[in-house]
Amino acid sequence: MLFFIEVALSGLMAGVMYSLVALGFVLIFKASGIFNFAQGVMALFAALTLVGLMEKFNFPVWLAIIGTIVVMIALAWLIERVMLRHLVNQEPIILFMATIGLAYVLEGMGDIMWGSDVKLLDIGIPQGAWGWLWDQGIYVEKLELFAAGTAAILVIFLAIFFQKTRIGRALRAVADDHQAALSVGISLNTIWVVVWSVSGIVALVAGIMWGSKSGVQFSLSLIALKALPVLILGGFTSVPGAIIGGMIIGVGEKLAEVYIGPIVGGAIENWFAYMLALAFLLFRPQGLFGDKIIERV
Amino acid sequence: MSARNIGDVILKVDNIDLSFGVMKVLDNISFDVRQGEIRSIIGPNGAGKSSLLNVINGFYHPQQGTITFKGNTRKHMAPHVAASQGIARTFQNIALFKGMSTLDNIMTGRNLKMKTNLFWQALHIGPARAEELENREAAERIIDFLDIQAIRKKPVGKLPYGLQKRVELGRALAAEPELLLLDEPMAGMNSEEKEDMCRFIIDVNDEFGTTITLIEHDMGVVMDLSDRVLVLDYGKQLADGIPDEVRNNQSVIDAYLGVPHE
Repeated sequence: MLFFIEVALSGLMAGVMYSLVALGFVLIFKASGIFNFAQGVMALFAALTLVGLMEKFNFPVWLAIIGTIVVMIALAWLIERVMLRHLVNQEPIILFMATIGLAYVLEGMGDIMWGSDVKLLDIGIPQGAWGWLWDQGIYVEKLELFAAGTAAILVIFLAIFFQKTRIGRALRAVADDHQAALSVGISLNTIWVVVWSVSGIVALVAGIMWGSKSGVQFSLSLIALKALPVLILGGFTSVPGAIIGGMIIGVGEKLAEVYIGPIVGGAIENWFAYMLALAFLLFRPQGLFGDKIIERV
Repeated sequence: MSARNIGDVILKVDNIDLSFGVMKVLDNISFDVRQGEIRSIIGPNGAGKSSLLNVINGFYHPQQGTITFKGNTRKHMAPHVAASQGIARTFQNIALFKGMSTLDNIMTGRNLKMKTNLFWQALHIGPARAEELENREAAERIIDFLDIQAIRKKPVGKLPYGLQKRVELGRALAAEPELLLLDEPMAGMNSEEKEDMCRFIIDVNDEFGTTITLIEHDMGVVMDLSDRVLVLDYGKQLADGIPDEVRNNQSVIDAYLGVPHE
């Protein structure tokens, strides 16, 4: 039983890490209907910038974080100027292609600015086993608990922001109908800068957590792939969905690996998430918490 | 509608030309709207009526001509400028935020009435909270006015067509506009729904003094409601005047009865 709990818990924690990446996707999708392929690379880019500022310029941690936030906001502004502004009212697939391009540009920029070697990221997040649970015989990383706490705070914050504020409503309005949003005086350009900034900051949080866990390296951009099944499970437009979807996938793949893995020869962890996503696409395409797909004819 | 005050010209459109490629959509259109009046634009399909509304609220930028709203003359409008200057509108094909509730749709209409900055809103405390409540009350008043209390929390995508049109009117009203542009507010409605919508339009005009410019195909409605009527056909101005004049205008009759264009 203890073993089961340990496996489930470690899955839960790994899931939260997926959720953090998925969250960035949801934000941009909710507010602009764009599937941002570059979200994973944005997390990498943020983490690289943070490490770079600390290593090359000897910034203290807090200053480096503020510096990185400024860089991410500047990046959002630049993306709106150079890319989105020229693609208003284009098909979603065109915008999606543009974000693939963006992913390569960001990866290249990160490489040129900060180099491509694996870097250590230590901003003082506690590491090692959490004492109390360890005494009970269960191993849980302090870092992962910290990540879970951070994710919880982010979600509460974002949920209130989206549901209860003018800008949150404006974000949802833009996602729903560009023209109607314009007609009530919402400025698309401002909204896009805001939403890309917020998702840039979420990317920074994800980058910090993943970077602290396994070093800042370019394979970080690949975690974006794991966020995909999370999104399909949770629903592309739901913030809580991203979190819960992440946890289900995290727990599911760990349990499957440990308990079903030996029967079929292992390595279930690599494809379990995608199978689960496939099942969801068949039976509940809007995900657990996504907006119901309403189409009147 | 006896004691209404028709004031000075609030909107003046001069010599507007609009083309898409070789297609000339609006050809030298000039007309004005006076404060407090109900001004209709009619014409057969493809006459350029919706395009004209799109020029007024800034979706289309005409190649020629000027738009003067409240004394400011512009070559073209930008949608958020139009909105912040007091122009609100509805759309021919209903452009509501389908995933959002009726209340949220109407609250979105109050977007420009809410001013607190991102920081307070993000924290959802202090001035932002008070402002939210204040605007919520205004939204509830509109919901009462349009008699749609029962669907406050429903996502509008699920509502029947007639109610969606009503919610869209509500969203436009939420901005407390000076000029309200209605693009076929009664299209696709049954006669009972049409009557309701007519009553709302008259009430809005009467009680709030809102200036209204509307496009409508139902001639009975147009002739009853309007102070003045502008007639377009193939992007050209056919006639402009009070309902009786327009009704008896030979070229208008020809356009509607389908005399071939040579």
